[in-house]
Amino acid sequence: MKLVRSGLSWVYVLLIFGFILMPVVSLVVFSFQATNLPVPPFTGPSLRWYEALFADSRMIEALRNSIVVGVVSGFFSTALGFLAAYGLARYRPRGARAIRAIVMTPLGVSYLVIGFGLSVTANELALGRSLVLVTLGHIIINLPLAFAIVLSQMRDEDENLEKAARDLGAGEWTVITRVAIPVLLPGIMAAFLLSFTLSWDEFIIAFFLADFDVTLPIEIWSQLRTGLDAKTNAAGTLVFAISLVALTLAYVLNRAVSQRSRRL
Amino acid sequence: MNGAELNVVDVVKQYPDHRALDGVSLTVEAGSYTVILGPSGSGKTTLLAILGGFAEPSSGHIEVDGQDVTTLTPAQRPTTTVFQDYALFPHMTVGQNVGFGLEMKKVGKKARVERVREVLEMVGLGHTANRHIAELSGGQRQRIALARALIVEPRVLLLDEPLGALDLKLRRQMQDELTRIHRSVGTTFVHVTHDQEESMSLADNIVVLRDGRIEDMGSPERLYLDPATAFSAKFMGDSNVVSGTVRSDGTSADTPWGVVALPGSSSAGTPVTLSIRPEHLVEGSSGAGNLGEWEVMEAHFLGQKHRLIVRRGEHELLVSLPQSSNVRQGDSIVLGVDAHMAKLVKGDPS
Amino acid sequence: MEHQRRWQGWVLVGPALLVTLALFAAPMVMVVLTSLYRRSGGLTDRTLSFDNYIRLATDSTIHQALWNSIEVVALTVIFSTLIAYPFAYIVAYKVPQKWQALVLLLTVVPFWTSYVVRSYSWLLVLAKNGVINQTLVSWGIIAEPFTMANTRFATVLAFVHFFVMVSTLTIYASLRQIPRNLGLAARDLGASPLSVFLRITLPLSIPGVVVGAFLTFVLAIGDYITPQIVGGGNELVLPQLLMLQVSRMGDFPLAAAMALVLLIIVAAVYAVSAKNLTLERKR
Repeated sequence: MKLVRSGLSWVYVLLIFGFILMPVVSLVVFSFQATNLPVPPFTGPSLRWYEALFADSRMIEALRNSIVVGVVSGFFSTALGFLAAYGLARYRPRGARAIRAIVMTPLGVSYLVIGFGLSVTANELALGRSLVLVTLGHIIINLPLAFAIVLSQMRDEDENLEKAARDLGAGEWTVITRVAIPVLLPGIMAAFLLSFTLSWDEFIIAFFLADFDVTLPIEIWSQLRTGLDAKTNAAGTLVFAISLVALTLAYVLNRAVSQRSRRL
Repeated sequence: MNGAELNVVDVVKQYPDHRALDGVSLTVEAGSYTVILGPSGSGKTTLLAILGGFAEPSSGHIEVDGQDVTTLTPAQRPTTTVFQDYALFPHMTVGQNVGFGLEMKKVGKKARVERVREVLEMVGLGHTANRHIAELSGGQRQRIALARALIVEPRVLLLDEPLGALDLKLRRQMQDELTRIHRSVGTTFVHVTHDQEESMSLADNIVVLRDGRIEDMGSPERLYLDPATAFSAKFMGDSNVVSGTVRSDGTSADTPWGVVALPGSSSAGTPVTLSIRPEHLVEGSSGAGNLGEWEVMEAHFLGQKHRLIVRRGEHELLVSLPQSSNVRQGDSIVLGVDAHMAKLVKGDPS
Repeated sequence: MEHQRRWQGWVLVGPALLVTLALFAAPMVMVVLTSLYRRSGGLTDRTLSFDNYIRLATDSTIHQALWNSIEVVALTVIFSTLIAYPFAYIVAYKVPQKWQALVLLLTVVPFWTSYVVRSYSWLLVLAKNGVINQTLVSWGIIAEPFTMANTRFATVLAFVHFFVMVSTLTIYASLRQIPRNLGLAARDLGASPLSVFLRITLPLSIPGVVVGAFLTFVLAIGDYITPQIVGGGNELVLPQLLMLQVSRMGDFPLAAAMALVLLIIVAAVYAVSAKNLTLERKR
């Protein structure tokens, strides 16, 4: 009986895995399709769609834009989030709860509404749409997350490290850059990486705020509307590959940094 | 409720990398309060888990009142366990927690509520049935865990370091509570701890475990005043242990500390190991042993007694002198041994 | 000293607050304001009025879209939870400890592909000549391929695909929080494995279920991409209607009113479930 139950569990797990993996496997497999349409039968393997992808200057430009927006917005979200978390945890200003609530509020609002709101505001201010606006949009959606992640990493014990530094004559700036940041580095990196990842594949806000220079998701969207071919599969697989590399790198770096600033 | 007799027969527990229990056999008398005492790694928690049915021995068996229970599940055995962290159900009230065992036995609601009230009264928490676990203090949770275990009337109650999380005063209080409850309920109690003082204040019988084997076993008096091994002597309170050789008169031994009288007689030349408790060392030489002069390195007044560390050359002794003594640090004192209180023990002094 | 420190605290927290004000609060105020404007003759008429809200209350197309949204999201929450719970349970209790993180990672990794492309992949999988139909026909299970794409079914399926992963993570997290001793104590007191699950495990894992359901609700109800790509233009959901106002009709005021409705729905759901929205262990 126990064996049957155990068997059923494995069947269930495999079914769910199958369900989850199927579209993705199909996506990756058909990116190597030799003919036009990414549907069965599989006529590959062929790299023609990857060639087409890299030859497509708009795609490559969109890819570059996505990376730039991701890095810049990730940097600012993380920096602002870190400063706010540090200020809140160490200086305990009055109204801490209100501050926390304010910074976290954007999390409860759909990206659709945030993007729309920014778009409407830009119109009122007669600001043209641009990648800068997209970056700003991504900063505001990732700031709460970066803030929460760094805040969750701040321990009371670490405050003693900072007190010791001050006792030995360090000024505030030194305390932050030479003590606080190194100790919090794993959390800061996690925040940056999450912000980058969420920005990089974000569609709706970018859609509202971008003009002619677009990010990758928008370019893929546009191309898909006009015609379906396996080139977008190649783009999707590329996005996947880059995400895999970035997150693996993050994991490795995180481990290395954690070892160094290891909590005793 | 009547307590059951528990028989542990040659229990071995082998893990891939070490042997947690190496052939443990003992009998726990029905209705007794037995404490299994040992340092961490001694196997005491493993033994309790095997008694409770949460682990299986690699070989050997467990009997309760003559019935072999080794392969029975925890629910099937007439034992109930009180866990170290209490394992109270956080989403249920006190009443629901305590009544849980009865609920599983399909006892009707009215009877259950009544029994819960009774048991809560017994542990001194009469009107808490509707409170939530989160509202209770550590000591109160401890009693609830006890109540929950006792309400199903186990023949043997197993307690896994139940007082570990409590502060000193609370611990002393709970020790008295446990004794009182044990007496009124009559179940066999098996209590695991590393705290030697706790074991002596609670137990009828103490089993000292070390590295998976029984080191010593007996009443608190016997274990303290007449320890079987050097380890047991040093674990059950402080002791000064030394090795020596029996003198030609057969009734005393030469030791690096001086001449010490033996409790009985032995053949001359036999190597012996002696244990002398700090409170059995006296000022001035005595008939039972003359240990000569020693320098007082440290002297602390502890209220009931003085605690001294004395030294001569490379030897150090721990001494307890009565309250009335006025020895100070830096003094020089002569020490003797009180009557025949030096004991023969097995094992080496280290 | 204390006083100076608090002041310095504000300096550090200030930038984040200002950014939130400028990039979030102000735009939200703009949305509210815009919802009170009107679109007439191709321009925005800034006289304040509740016309858009009246329109929302009376227009049956909008009601239909709202109803579609709620139905789709409700179905998504229900099916995601039902599928995710056993999965999370198996991973938490049946999979050996050292493999658990890997298994979870494997469930998350597929979603590092581009959202847009993934949605299109679903479209292809569900199409008349897609993988599913082709397989079913070649195995003789059905005679003719049937329509799955561009239906509400497709939207729910694609949503469930993603949100099973989300709920699995939250349910797994709350299952792991349950001290192992509780199950042992219950068994010791005579509970059967089923009783242990119903009386101990399930109640204590509810927070994970609620957090997962809440995240699913909030993310799904505001999602434009999946309904647009796989759901088609037949039964529109609110985000699609909103985008229609923006891109085709240019009616920003009406769109703003719709955005507010979306906000209010999410706020209401949050208010109702706020108490349960924590994965912290009950002490």
